[in-house]
Amino acid sequence: MIRDITIGQYYPTNSFIHRLDPRVKLIGTLLYIISLFLFGPSYFVRSIFGYTLAAAALFTIIKVSKVPFRFILRGLKPVLFLLMFTVVFNIFLTPGERELFRWKFIRITDTGLKTAFLMGVRLVLLILGSSLMTFTTTPNQLTDGLERLLNPLKKIKVPVHEVAMMMSIALRFIPILLEETDKIMKAQQARGADFETGNLFQRAKAMIPILVPLFVSAFRRAGDLAMAMEARCYRGGEGRTKMKPLVYEKKDYTAFLYFIIYFVFVLLLRKLVTA
Amino acid sequence: MAIILDKVNYIYNEGLAYERAALKDINLTIPDGQFIGLIGHTGSGKSTLIQHLNGLLKATSGTIYYNGEDIYDPDYSMKVLRAKVGLVFQYPEHQLFETTVLKDVQFGPKNLGLPQLEIDLRSYEALKLVGLGEELIDASPFELSGGQKRRVAIAGVLAMKPEVLILDEPTAGLDPCGRDEILNQISKIHKEQKITVILVSHSMEDVAKYVERLVVMDDGKVAFDAAPKEVFSYYQELEKIGLAAPQVTYIMNGLADSGLSINRNVTTIQEAVEELVTWWNSER
Repeated sequence: MIRDITIGQYYPTNSFIHRLDPRVKLIGTLLYIISLFLFGPSYFVRSIFGYTLAAAALFTIIKVSKVPFRFILRGLKPVLFLLMFTVVFNIFLTPGERELFRWKFIRITDTGLKTAFLMGVRLVLLILGSSLMTFTTTPNQLTDGLERLLNPLKKIKVPVHEVAMMMSIALRFIPILLEETDKIMKAQQARGADFETGNLFQRAKAMIPILVPLFVSAFRRAGDLAMAMEARCYRGGEGRTKMKPLVYEKKDYTAFLYFIIYFVFVLLLRKLVTA
Repeated sequence: MAIILDKVNYIYNEGLAYERAALKDINLTIPDGQFIGLIGHTGSGKSTLIQHLNGLLKATSGTIYYNGEDIYDPDYSMKVLRAKVGLVFQYPEHQLFETTVLKDVQFGPKNLGLPQLEIDLRSYEALKLVGLGEELIDASPFELSGGQKRRVAIAGVLAMKPEVLILDEPTAGLDPCGRDEILNQISKIHKEQKITVILVSHSMEDVAKYVERLVVMDDGKVAFDAAPKEVFSYYQELEKIGLAAPQVTYIMNGLADSGLSINRNVTTIQEAVEELVTWWNSER
């Protein structure tokens, strides 16, 4: 169960997407997310077209990235609850002109159904798109890219390097903590702990034997890491150079071009299709 | 009455790029009351194997019988199995969570749904078995030393009164003194409680001294399964799979090669001393 959480994990293969400069992928993902928010429930038909285009683009990238589709889909499992929540709330709580169903205070309107559908699709595409970025980029590359992109902010005294370092450590620790959780869960199960039965309150209480050791170990690991970094004379970004500085290559410009073409298409679609 | 593994296979991450066979066609019979050593280098499948014995991992194919019952039968209760097969993980001190040592040890028996009196009895008994003084019962487990924490964790499993006790590298990260103490206590528990003990280790010295049967794993398969002496007589083959016989075996072999008429098949220092004394007396 815990192993199903794939958000923030890297999937090692050698594909065109994997080899791209992380800055391209960051900007691309950002453009993609923006494009998803350019369509909303107020123009239903146009939004359907827009999301179809976004989905087609996403699936093409997934194909090129050589990350198995099943693996990416597993990333959706943990947010399934949030997804259901969003859809259900949108169905029942959106006011609309045409009522399709009414029972006491519960009512479903046509706008509600449409909104729920679009919100669901948007959320799925959002999660798939952003998790694809972490699947194809190592945490180190990701922070390198972020640091370079945020570099201008240094002028207004934003500690860009430190923020990037914190991010990369946080990302790096996700799989470690997951593994740790798995181990602790097993150890407590071996002592007869039961996480699957009981009511909500009992289940929440059953988490204590997992959470306490997990926090203890997270603090221990953080302390160890800080010590190890200091022992290697880490003292922040001041005067720090890179072994592999990021340089744009031809393939990166090609990828940028694709992203721009996609975005132009999205904008055109928004302008032209009126419904 | 025993644990029987019949053609057990286990594949990690089946159907993904990381797919890896961790256990390949394991057939083992573990009779009651045996003290077994399970050795193999990192990634040989030892830890995977022991997690099958109490049902934490489910074999991809094959069957496991506990006391003649198929543990994968839908009617078989994993909770009952886990009460009978106690598993102490590597670095078990990382699983401590309660406010006092006693409460942490009581976690296991409490989960079994025993009456409070029985829980208390078992907890005190388990703490005594691992040699933890009474003055520590009400201490916070996080204030203890590494060796003491480990004892508390082992006591936590012992308090469930398992019929089979499995320990995954119980001496990892301990100093030689703490290591000997823990191993002596485990050996004592085995003798006094008459339970089956499976000791996972990669220290040949440790296992040679205590166990009566040695199972050597390599690449997910059982490479050797015999008495320690017999296994260590194949020390050249052991080296090929990244393991070695105890150092004293090498010394005795070296001495025998240089012309001393002594028994090569020696696995503990005690035996070596006796062997050399006999040889010395016969020479004079």
